[in-house]
Amino acid sequence: MPSPGDPYDVAVLGAGPAGLAAAVTAAEQGLTVALLDAAQQPGGQYYRHPAPAARATRPDALHHDWRVFAGLRERLDAAEGVTRLYGHHVWSMTREAPGSPWSLHALTGEGDDDDASAPGTGTTVQARAMLLATGSHERHLPFPGWTLPGVVSAGGAQAMLKSGLALPGTRVVVAGSGPLLLAAATSLAAAGADVPEVIEASGYLGYARHPAALAANPGKLTEAARHGAALLRHRVRPRTRSAVTEAHGADRVEAVTVSRLGRDWRPVPGSERRVACDALAVGHGLVPRTELATTLGCATRRAADGTYALELGPLQETSLRGLWAAGETSGVGGAQAALVEGELAALAITARLTGRRPAPARRLRALRRRRDHLRAFADAMAAAHAPGPGWTRWLGDDTEVCRCEEVTAARVREAVADYGARDPRSVKLLTRAGMGWCQGRVCGTAVACLAAAAPDATPAPPDRRLLATPVPLGTLASLTPADPPPAAPDDPSEGHPS
Amino acid sequence: MGQADRTTPADLVGATDATHFFTFDGRRVAARPGQSIAAALWTAGILAWRETRGAARPRGAFCGIGQCHDCLATVNGRPNRRACLVTARPGDEVTTQKGHGHAEPR
Ligand SMILES: Cc1cc2nc3c(=O)[nH]c(=O)nc-3n(C[C@H](O)[C@H](O)[C@H](O)COP(=O)(O)OP(=O)(O)OC[C@H]3O[C@@H](n4cnc5c(N)ncnc54)[C@H](O)[C@@H]3O)c2cc1C
Ligand code: FES
Repeated sequence: MPSPGDPYDVAVLGAGPAGLAAAVTAAEQGLTVALLDAAQQPGGQYYRHPAPAARATRPDALHHDWRVFAGLRERLDAAEGVTRLYGHHVWSMTREAPGSPWSLHALTGEGDDDDASAPGTGTTVQARAMLLATGSHERHLPFPGWTLPGVVSAGGAQAMLKSGLALPGTRVVVAGSGPLLLAAATSLAAAGADVPEVIEASGYLGYARHPAALAANPGKLTEAARHGAALLRHRVRPRTRSAVTEAHGADRVEAVTVSRLGRDWRPVPGSERRVACDALAVGHGLVPRTELATTLGCATRRAADGTYALELGPLQETSLRGLWAAGETSGVGGAQAALVEGELAALAITARLTGRRPAPARRLRALRRRRDHLRAFADAMAAAHAPGPGWTRWLGDDTEVCRCEEVTAARVREAVADYGARDPRSVKLLTRAGMGWCQGRVCGTAVACLAAAAPDATPAPPDRRLLATPVPLGTLASLTPADPPPAAPDDPSEGHPS
Repeated sequence: MGQADRTTPADLVGATDATHFFTFDGRRVAARPGQSIAAALWTAGILAWRETRGAARPRGAFCGIGQCHDCLATVNGRPNRRACLVTARPGDEVTTQKGHGHAEPR
């Protein structure tokens, strides 16, 4: 641990697969590490598990590579020099000038308090190098009825099951797009839910267009086969090129309409059928959580599925010197890629801070090769599951696009057609869509698609946001003058030399 | 397979059988140690615990990870608590949050 007042060598933000691998590696290389996460325990999304109080004797039952996590946790416990700061929700990352230490401003506690009048408990952590391993959040495409209770996000169902040991219903349809659907369907079925169908908007044939990416990642084929076998065992029927285009029910979901999809995800008229269920788990892929970096002007790249990830150098460094990224912040690629990138980034940071050569060249080369293979697979996956622009045809006029502010598709379309809005920001000003509690995380993709004048126009790059999480005003006010205020959203400089 | 002999998530991971109780709109709800309020409500078959500010429509947990804020509930008199993040404690009084959750408009 650094002496009080001294910055840590490195702050790792996020204790998922990427952050854990990085923190353990950096500590084993002799660095002092602050490992921060909003959650109360490590694991991130992939290794999410029940709280210790649940005294689960078989936490591995919902995980097929629990041993990897258990191994990382043991190394973390054995490592000297890692300060674990769980329950720390970081809302801003700043530095006074390039080369000076990073400051991470965090809210502590359960981090669930949105009451702006409540006294906030804020703290600041400083570090010479910074690794952003904040993962992703889910992408959503609205459809009529998606705000009914019982309609939940696919990753949310997975998270509530893995940590809360809870199911949203007894008969759960899983729908949307992307590999997360298969993971969610198999774990929901294993935990006792009846999962009649898993409904994928794309086909899986898209992967076949990338034979090299497949051949270089035999593990991914095994993973697919394992999911396939589990679906068969639980009698879950996979349907491709189909989507849930409506959820029905009065006060909770009772059935869904499934439509076949034609070109560009356009629903095929006349193909509708009704499937009874008491819950629907739905999601359309993942979006990297990069706002802490993009606010500082960090460069991004557009992935094949239309999401924006941080643009990185060969050793995981972002366009801002001293800021590295690993895991889904560098592109949605799954837990294996996150583990490899976390380790690689930690070795690169060690080399920069100590001036030593990082580790045997062989280890570095092997990690880079594995990272490149997994990234190639991730790119193939992103291309295979990219939403087709025809999805907007399943929106009704009164479908709520923004769940927080209850803004309908008709109002967003009106802002676009009659008031000339062409980007999410103008739609927000005209309709309040994206202005609510979730800060546009849930409706962002949908609003961007509707705002793009032509249905196939490129969605606008990610919004720069001032704060990565809602912050009680008291906490902002209590920042001492020594804490530089967060950079303004449109300020290209990195923090204020106050 | 009948309802009674369905596997449950808690069986699957071998979690403790211990439970405690809190109330939701006056009704007794069981929770396992460490479970969030949202997870305990789901297990009790309750999916909605908020009415929206505009159309007073029912909502409950959606993202499950603290991002969407759909799951806001009033806990022990304090509104706007994300039920998916707050651990249920014995004797908690959870009530449906109506609108912004404050008695007076702000
Ligand atoms: C809801 C959800 C469920 C998922 N479930 C699965 C699954 O079951 N199987 C699967 O293969 N893949 C799943 N994924 C995909 C999964 O994200 C990746 O495979 C893997 O977890 C990525 O690892 P990571 O380390 O990059 O990020 P993550 O595992 O997401 O870890 C990021 C961590 O950063 C923390 N964090 C983020 N922002 C902040 C902040 N501002 N302050 C403090 N802490 C912060 C988060 O709390 C989190 O613990 C899921 C994704 C989501 C969004
Ligand atoms: S369910 Fe989304 S914040 Fe709780």
